[in-house]
Amino acid sequence: MSLTELEFQAQGISQEAVPAGGIQGRSQLQLTWRRLRRDRMAVASMIVICVIAILALLAPVFASLLGHGQAQVFPNTGLSSTGGPMAPGTHGFIFGTDELGRDLLVRVLYGARVSLFVGLTTTAIATVAGVTVGLITGFFGGWVDAVLARFIDTVLAFPFLVLALSLAVVFGPSLTIVISVISFFSWAAIARIVRGQTLSIKEKEYIEAARSLGASPWRIMFVHILPNLMAPVLVLATLSIPAAIVFESTLSYLGLGIQPPTASWGNILAGAQSYYQIAWWYLVFPAAALLITTLAFNLLGDGVRDALDPRTERIFAAGRKRGRRFRVGRPAAQIDGLISSIQTDLPEEG
Amino acid sequence: MTSPITPETAPSAQSWPTDADLADDVLVRVDNLVKHFPIKGGGLAGRTVGHVRAVDGVSLTVRSGQTLGLVGETGCGKSTLARCIAGLIPVTSGTVTFEGNNITNLSRRRMQPFRRDIQMIFQDPYGSLNPRLRVGSIIGEPFAIHGTTTSKARKTAVQELMERVGLNPEHYNRFPAEFSGGQRQRIGVARALALRPKLIICDEPVSALDVSIQAQVLNLLADLQSDFGLAYIFIAHDLEVVRHVSNSVIVMYLGKIAEAGPKNPVYDSPRHPYTAALLSAAPAADPEAAANKQRIILTGDVPSPINPPSGCRFHPRCPKAQDMCATAVPPLEVKPGDPGTHVTACHFPVQAGEVLASASRGMQGYAR
Amino acid sequence: MTRFLIRRILTGIVVLWIVTTSAFFLFFTRNPNIVARSLAGRAATGAIIAEVKRNLGLSQPIMVQYWQFLDRTVHGNFGLSYYQGQIPVSSILARDVPRTLSVVVGGVVLWLIVGLAVGVLSATRARSIFDRISTVGVLAGISMPTFVLGELLLAYIYVPLNTHGITWVNTGYAGLSSGFAVWSGAMILPWITLATVQAAIYTRLSRGSLLDTLGEDYIRTARAKGLTERRIVYRHAFRAAMTPVVSQLGIDIGAFLGGVLVVETVFGIGGLGQDAVTAVSNGDLPTIIAFVLLASLFVVVANIIVDLMYAVLDPRVRIT
Repeated sequence: MSLTELEFQAQGISQEAVPAGGIQGRSQLQLTWRRLRRDRMAVASMIVICVIAILALLAPVFASLLGHGQAQVFPNTGLSSTGGPMAPGTHGFIFGTDELGRDLLVRVLYGARVSLFVGLTTTAIATVAGVTVGLITGFFGGWVDAVLARFIDTVLAFPFLVLALSLAVVFGPSLTIVISVISFFSWAAIARIVRGQTLSIKEKEYIEAARSLGASPWRIMFVHILPNLMAPVLVLATLSIPAAIVFESTLSYLGLGIQPPTASWGNILAGAQSYYQIAWWYLVFPAAALLITTLAFNLLGDGVRDALDPRTERIFAAGRKRGRRFRVGRPAAQIDGLISSIQTDLPEEG
Repeated sequence: MTSPITPETAPSAQSWPTDADLADDVLVRVDNLVKHFPIKGGGLAGRTVGHVRAVDGVSLTVRSGQTLGLVGETGCGKSTLARCIAGLIPVTSGTVTFEGNNITNLSRRRMQPFRRDIQMIFQDPYGSLNPRLRVGSIIGEPFAIHGTTTSKARKTAVQELMERVGLNPEHYNRFPAEFSGGQRQRIGVARALALRPKLIICDEPVSALDVSIQAQVLNLLADLQSDFGLAYIFIAHDLEVVRHVSNSVIVMYLGKIAEAGPKNPVYDSPRHPYTAALLSAAPAADPEAAANKQRIILTGDVPSPINPPSGCRFHPRCPKAQDMCATAVPPLEVKPGDPGTHVTACHFPVQAGEVLASASRGMQGYAR
Repeated sequence: MTRFLIRRILTGIVVLWIVTTSAFFLFFTRNPNIVARSLAGRAATGAIIAEVKRNLGLSQPIMVQYWQFLDRTVHGNFGLSYYQGQIPVSSILARDVPRTLSVVVGGVVLWLIVGLAVGVLSATRARSIFDRISTVGVLAGISMPTFVLGELLLAYIYVPLNTHGITWVNTGYAGLSSGFAVWSGAMILPWITLATVQAAIYTRLSRGSLLDTLGEDYIRTARAKGLTERRIVYRHAFRAAMTPVVSQLGIDIGAFLGGVLVVETVFGIGGLGQDAVTAVSNGDLPTIIAFVLLASLFVVVANIIVDLMYAVLDPRVRIT
């Protein structure tokens, strides 16, 4: 019996006095957002991501302010006396230059554009495709499921780099190939999770109730099952972004992705490999940018996962006394679940 | 208390009731319903190695405005039967007729119009409502699916329903998690009521609730029945609850009907040893009556529906069983001395005044 | 168990067939001239192209070509690498397989040992300093692209060590025949690079899985019975906790191959992975095809091994 029921019983009524104007229940999304806001790590990563996004958007502005284009070479001012890259801070090159005398700061900023664009686009495509396929195959079952599930597993196990190689050879490396390959592999991961969840949600009683009302399969899938999937899908999607960014930079590094002179962190780092001994900035700045971005997204993904399921144990819990949070075990989890079901403002995180 | 069958008719062996008594107000008629679930064995092809015989030849009728109670232990097939009638699972053989229309194994599209008239209330108040939907959407879903009202009128209709079942209409935008068990069950009732159905199948609607809340929900169901002329198929394992709400009762055992009839004859003079044992197990409120009551204790567990006992399925546990019971399936018929509407499937029914020996097969039962 | 194995092998063969067929249709089903040209490499003259066309029978009907392709592949004949001077691709592969193997074996061993060890230790010492440090490490590890780590290691370990006279750590490749010390010196940085990202993922996975298992009721019963914590963890909990880890292994094999490729390129090891990458930039199609097929073979075999491990861990699986 829930605590609410106890309350009602105590009062001997089955309804409660309600303020005029109606009651708005808080949806899972609203609750998740509130929890996320209180998580310091997650908020920090969100801020970092926003900063990176703004910088990326403003890359052309920086380029014109500095007077250095992305692909513009400055063989005179941009190269040292020995013909190598210029150190940071000289001649208006804030991050220094690369071996062709191009402004590294501008290139890193443009690289951010590529990474964020690829990350977000591929995740969007993969999520839509993965959720749809996962829902369909999990819900309909039968031979559709037998075929599609096998297909999903095959895609997941496939060495994606190999496919990227093949496509790059046949069609030539390009942005389109990068996005296609990354989307192709990301959707399978999402589809697999969605399929698993659909299979278990399908057996729940409220789905049976919907069927007894005469709901069509599409209605059941998208109105009933989908909202209950959002939690794992959201986490996966958030974590797909840094995976896509890493994937793209790896492809560009190997020469299979974005081709120079268009800047991508991957191909900048490829060039850096020959010069890092004399030009530390050539390696450090793009590497730092890449690491900070992926770290921020990974932390955000962790934060989202914790916000969606507050029973998960957390090490860097915001403002929590050590040991106050439960140890792994069932009883405390049920209490958490009950507390969150009362929808009060009890600070369940202390 | 009217019974579902007119007293003039004498039902014949397996088909009860007969066509003669099919007056206008027979809502649902089930004929010899069989539902077997195949069990897939191993092997690459997944051969079927056996069947779970959940429902094995059940016939019944429900009249409009009446309540048919369905009792039995867990695993006797009552929930499966309900879902077959509601069209939620396909039927292996037999027919289900609603208002004269054959609704057995219809496609979803063909079944759609009937869904407005046949609704269901589920056992688990926590599982039968989608936790991500607001209550207004949940109750309003029948309107959305069958397109009967505009969305503006929908809100009014939903709030009316909420009020009718005893919920505060201001809670329209809340989520199920914010309600107690009893309230959630009321939400389920409101949802079932939305399209003014003719039949509501209640699958153990109060089993998961506390006793005081049970009474409230049962009273609500009774009110709704008289207000809207609803027929109920009421499934439960609590005999006293069934007695309170039903007009007629069917006792099921392992997929078959053991005994059926209007409630008073069945409760006051049970003919089937199983019914007698169930009734003896129900606690009596009056301490004197409780002291005088004879407890009949059945040995053994309910056998598996995959391989039910031969002949009368109850014979391994029956205190009155004899050799014939293991070989011949007893027909469902009126026993001498009973009104024509009270049928039993037993070779050696309990006679008036008979005291059943408790587990004469005693030790044998345990040794098995 | 045998039937389980046979089923897996059959599935594997089907997968290999699908990959081979897809490769064929991807590469061979265009205009014969274009196909010949792409097979012959960028530097090919008209004469070479004509020769390629003749040798491989590219003017024949597609199904005949397909059959011949299957036949050649099964026999290990991947054609000639025109870019590298008309050497048979198979000989290139044979030469470079030991290099890749060195990287793979060492990397896998390091990855599994470190990943599982740190994961188990973190789980058994949850919330301790060790755990917190390892969590930070894990976070850094999973955010780190392999090639970045490789470059950083090169710049900040290899170079400083070398300039200070410690020459054990090296780049490039040295076979085992040059002695264990030389071999491991060249391999140590690639191993660390390869293993770190994977180890991070597996540390987190095994830690989480073990923590979940340790919260189960039967573990609580074991504790109540008085078993030592060590026995509980290593005899009982560990095995159950490893199931999600093993199933993740199956998925990661594909990713792992990518990592091998990257590591070989960063450290200049000249194994199969680097061959593939250079083949792409040179337009050396026969080598690419061979690499694709070999990679699929590796993935299929590895998956079967992983499935076997899964069946050993979880007896319920053997029945399927």
